[in-house]
Amino acid sequence: MKSTRFFPWFGFIFGAVYFLVPLIATFEFSLRMQRGIYSFKAYQVVLADPNFQASFSYSAIIAVLTIIVGIALVVPTAYLVQLKLPRLRPVVEFMTLLPLVVPAIVIVFGYLRMYNSSSWLPMTGSARSTDLLLIFAYVTLSLPYMYRSVDTALRTIDIRTLTEAAQSLGSSWPRILIQVILPNIRVGVLSGAFLTFAIVIGEFTMASLLNRPAFGPYMQLIGANRAYEPAALAVIAFAITWACMGLIQIVASFAPGQKR
Amino acid sequence: MAFLSIERITKTFGTLTTVKGVDLAVERGEFVTLLGPSGCGKTTILRMIAGFETPTSGTIRIDGKDVTGLKPHQRNIGMVFQAYALFPNMTVADNIAFGLKVAHKSASEIASRVKEMLDLIKLPQVADRYPYQLSGGQQQRVALARALAIKPQILLLDEPLSALDAKIRVSLRDEIRAVQRQLGITTIFVTHDQEEALSMSDRICVMSEGNIEQLGTPFEIYNYPKTRFVASFIGTLNILNGKVSDSAEGRILVDGQEIVTSRGLKGAGTGDALAVALRPEALSIGRANGSSNNLEGTIDEVHFLGSVVRIRVRFKDSAVSLDTFNRPNAAPPERGQPITVNFGREDILVLDGVAN
Repeated sequence: MKSTRFFPWFGFIFGAVYFLVPLIATFEFSLRMQRGIYSFKAYQVVLADPNFQASFSYSAIIAVLTIIVGIALVVPTAYLVQLKLPRLRPVVEFMTLLPLVVPAIVIVFGYLRMYNSSSWLPMTGSARSTDLLLIFAYVTLSLPYMYRSVDTALRTIDIRTLTEAAQSLGSSWPRILIQVILPNIRVGVLSGAFLTFAIVIGEFTMASLLNRPAFGPYMQLIGANRAYEPAALAVIAFAITWACMGLIQIVASFAPGQKR
Repeated sequence: MAFLSIERITKTFGTLTTVKGVDLAVERGEFVTLLGPSGCGKTTILRMIAGFETPTSGTIRIDGKDVTGLKPHQRNIGMVFQAYALFPNMTVADNIAFGLKVAHKSASEIASRVKEMLDLIKLPQVADRYPYQLSGGQQQRVALARALAIKPQILLLDEPLSALDAKIRVSLRDEIRAVQRQLGITTIFVTHDQEEALSMSDRICVMSEGNIEQLGTPFEIYNYPKTRFVASFIGTLNILNGKVSDSAEGRILVDGQEIVTSRGLKGAGTGDALAVALRPEALSIGRANGSSNNLEGTIDEVHFLGSVVRIRVRFKDSAVSLDTFNRPNAAPPERGQPITVNFGREDILVLDGVAN
């Protein structure tokens, strides 16, 4: 009996130490900007930096737009695959996993080759069109997380019967999707959205190579030139990710029509 | 002309034909049950009426209008599903109001219709609850109210009682029938439960392997089954294989003993093999005088079932089961005991086709 409890606890403590010690060390280091005392000076410097505010705002806006485009693409696709085209599921799952297999740098070089200023669709020709390209790139990058979250949520409800019930009550496809399906997979969609947000906020490769003023390249720049501020930024980035995870839990517990 | 008319309808999935040229006419306000085992095509017919499946060939008309090519949302049909299919994110009131909102009814009309429906299903107190806060029976009643709220032309019930426990099932089937009678709505009910079909329907359509085996009132279906399948599917039945000894007088030889039917032996010649069926309730123990039939055999099995004692009597090659009431002051008969079973001439059901 005791040995069965020992190993799970050992695994839990080992894992916690493995993850927490570097984080605590980073946090501790970020507080040592002022010689001899602990302070939040590094955080004050980072948060007061106009480049931090600009790059963070930029990435946040791009993340929100990525989420909107991602939901508009993934929810109807996953819904139709489950309802009408179940045979296509392996193909779609494979395609959504490709961003995990193909490195971001390969994808972005592909984009630069396809959409450079002298191509037939010069999306890198202006700042706005490059922003659009970056959004599409992030939609691709977040596809494995968004698709899986939505697909898992769709599997927990009987979408066929709910769809047929709504159809028999006179409902059209858009209404079924927006009023019946989407609210019932809200938790999954929001999980995918928060994961997307966390990915986009910290992404470096695509933003850097497309030369956009995002938070990832800013963190890299600070990391290369400063000592304490990068540690503060790392802790801030962790806090944002954890806040996203916390929001997933909170939203999940407040979804209407579910047992609490 | 029938209110709902299904004409030569066929449905094929790949190489499998699940519905084979079925014709069915349902009158306005009628309650018709499609009854049959799994895979007989009853649910496919229901889904074609609803518009969820498109017939491979054939026509469906509602009130004279060809609806075969219409989408489900264009048909004005209410449907109740086995799995309730209430929208989990909506309250009971919102579920009932859904179809009315789709139809752009005014807020006051929606409110009064929702109240009317909740009163109809006798659940006015659950308007603000979510489906997960209701029992299975309550959920199905709400699903019924939601389907009826839009005042559909036809109500389709796809095994709505199957997921419920036995006690709720019996009470809910009475409620569904009462509501159907009250509203006078044309209803198609799909079930594999013969008791539900017999107790609820105006007419029953017994199906097997994509075909209609027999269509008739519960009384006709139970008492005058036309085929061996219907006879064996509806109720408990004893089937005996025999040989016609005198076709003119309706005499049949079963295991060397002669029985006589008053229903005649149309198309059968002397010496032909055939199958006859006897309902357990038509059989009595003991020798009967007069024109009744008597078969002598031996008690093969005795099952004490509480209020009823089920006895199996073996003749030479065949056997019949019959039920007798339990009498506390008389011990049940014992295995191996010789016994005579009697039944009336009119109780013999001569089944189509020769005996197997």
